[in-house]
Amino acid sequence: MLLGVRHRGGDYSAVSGALSAMLTFLRDRKVRDILWQAAATLVTVAVIWFFVRNASENMVKAGIASGFRFLWRDSGIEVPFNITGYKPSDNLLSLLWTGIVNTLLVSAASIVVATVVGFTVGLLRLSRNWLLSTLAGFYIEFVRNIPLLFFVLFWYFGVLAALPLPRGSYDMLGVIFLNRRGLSIPTPNDVSGLRLALLVIILLVAVQYGIARWARARQARTGRDFPVWPVGFVLCGGLPIAALVVGGMTTTWDLPILRGFNYRGGFVLVPEFVALFAALSTYTAGFIAEVVRGGIQSVRQGQIDAAKALGLTHGRIVRLVVIPQAMPVIIPPITSQYLNLIKNSSFGAAIAYPEIVAVFMGSALVSTGQSIEIIAITLGIYLVLSLSVSVFMNWYNARHKLVTR
Amino acid sequence: MKFYGLVAAAASLIAAPLIAAPAMAQQLAPSETLDAVKARGHVECGVHLGLPGFSFANDKGEWSGLDVDYCKSLAAAVLGDATKVKYTPTSVQQRWPVLQSKQVDVLARNTTITFSRNATLGVDFQGINFYEGQTFVVRTKAKVSAVKDLADGTICVAAGSTEEKTAADWFRERNLKVTIINFQKNDDAISAYDQGRCDAYTAGIGALAGQRIKFKNPEEHQILTEIISNDPQGPVTRWGDERWQLIVRWTLNAQIAAEAFGITSKNVDEMKAKSQNAEVRRILGVEGKFGEMMGLSNDWAYNIVKQVGNYGESYERTVGMGSALKLKRGSNELWTKGGLLFTPSFQ
Repeated sequence: MLLGVRHRGGDYSAVSGALSAMLTFLRDRKVRDILWQAAATLVTVAVIWFFVRNASENMVKAGIASGFRFLWRDSGIEVPFNITGYKPSDNLLSLLWTGIVNTLLVSAASIVVATVVGFTVGLLRLSRNWLLSTLAGFYIEFVRNIPLLFFVLFWYFGVLAALPLPRGSYDMLGVIFLNRRGLSIPTPNDVSGLRLALLVIILLVAVQYGIARWARARQARTGRDFPVWPVGFVLCGGLPIAALVVGGMTTTWDLPILRGFNYRGGFVLVPEFVALFAALSTYTAGFIAEVVRGGIQSVRQGQIDAAKALGLTHGRIVRLVVIPQAMPVIIPPITSQYLNLIKNSSFGAAIAYPEIVAVFMGSALVSTGQSIEIIAITLGIYLVLSLSVSVFMNWYNARHKLVTR
Repeated sequence: MKFYGLVAAAASLIAAPLIAAPAMAQQLAPSETLDAVKARGHVECGVHLGLPGFSFANDKGEWSGLDVDYCKSLAAAVLGDATKVKYTPTSVQQRWPVLQSKQVDVLARNTTITFSRNATLGVDFQGINFYEGQTFVVRTKAKVSAVKDLADGTICVAAGSTEEKTAADWFRERNLKVTIINFQKNDDAISAYDQGRCDAYTAGIGALAGQRIKFKNPEEHQILTEIISNDPQGPVTRWGDERWQLIVRWTLNAQIAAEAFGITSKNVDEMKAKSQNAEVRRILGVEGKFGEMMGLSNDWAYNIVKQVGNYGESYERTVGMGSALKLKRGSNELWTKGGLLFTPSFQ
């Protein structure tokens, strides 16, 4: 009996030892956090798996094709504007890629122009000249209060109505033609001469950058000024143009020629692209202008007073004191505006610009009928685009953050 | 005890079939869509956004057209009242999800019958109510007489329609270069063509006759007569509900059969009372109880002809000589008169 009691006591102490070890384990904050994370992940994965299984089973029951194999089917869909060389005999995967490239094209071009115009209008809004600041104010209010679809349709149908039919095109230098079907530009048949010119231009830009740094270091050391901008005009303006002209002369050109209804040959910039680009740039520029204005007004007046006391001119104050301090305030909201612009490029579907929504979520979806897969892919692509832009902007912001005590 | 047990067993064996028999006689395959329609009290019909002659709402919101008449026939057959229909206008993209998700019971939307739609979308075509042919509309000033004259031109089209692929294939086979601009909706394509963005707009010849009123100056435009493809169009149902598909199919067949036997909305009462033709009597429900075999009343075809008319009356009123489109019957005539409309017999 005594032995039995001791034995049982031994059992209990082993169990209680294990229990207390487990409790100590659980009491650790980090362990609990990890366990909660694992539980949340499991639940999310289970929910997603359930929905995907449910959808695919129901689709099979209803006779609707499912799966991703449709991406390798022949597309048969025409895309009138593309720089990827897509043909309707290619498969749907290359149609998807063409859509992505077109979206990136219009988004990148619009982001650049919207930023330039937005900064300018934002600075004008703060100008001491009453007329300029009021005009800027009208522009901002007009653009912010009207839906983007209106702008897109206005630029498309408005611009279309203003341009002439192909027979009566506006022609520039006899080789560039502007009409209702688009802007026809000659393309070079052999790009090697131009590639050389491009290399020369990159070299010149690097030289200019080197000169700018050297001039700044010299000014810090000796206080002597150097005419960086005039040198820059020559190095980055005149000489590159000369290089391109020389490069252009080395090849023959594919000129647009009027054949029947349209100009054939060369590269055609369709009015859909121009309308979407113009609408997106002007619309987003209004919002960027307000962000810039907010950023500039956040710089403390004391900084500007101190700069004036140092004798800096107004242009230098803005360039060297105000804008560097305004950037950390401007960059996060501008990131949102860029993301909005990328998503707004889907309005291209309303005017037949072949970006990803029009071409993939429109034509491909109707011709294959696989709505769930196609919409999921399109969502994924927009997500990847937006996340890339955010990551880049956050990196840029971190680099320019002011170090405060 | 055993004796009474035997008697009880024998009695139940004899009584059970007698009790169950009436119930068994009424047993038809379950039809989810038919039950939903009867519970709702109206038919949900998917139609075009606005195609004059086929499915078009005037400014008072009243729908009319060949496809609309089909929907009304369905309502007359199922519910006895041709006015109990709700129309859902759908674009070229919206029509499939709207049918697949059971939002509408049938799609009567001048939809072309194709293999890939039948095979991959989970939809079935229940007959042909209009034989369409694809062609182009161009500006009269352009002096285009044949489709191949459109080479090097620009063509506006609605994305996802059969016209888009057919036009692209036609020009590619002949090594002719053409630019095709895809719009999300037919109306966008039409206004872009009208504005001069494109040299031509392509659709079926019947559809073009209807869309003509949407141009700013209809006289300046010319519909070519050369047909580049034949597009049979008909009502569409989803997979899985065979009895509903039966009803949809035979409603269309009843309209065509009525014209074949000379039953019109004006003489249907007289035919019902006096006709000695066995098939006419079966169609109009005088004998045969065909309606009950589908789960409908035996008046189903009588209601169709009385309230909507036979196929010929419907055609003339909506797209034929009695309408603004003035389309000739062409292939849309009975097979006995040189056309392609045919129906199996009501036996």
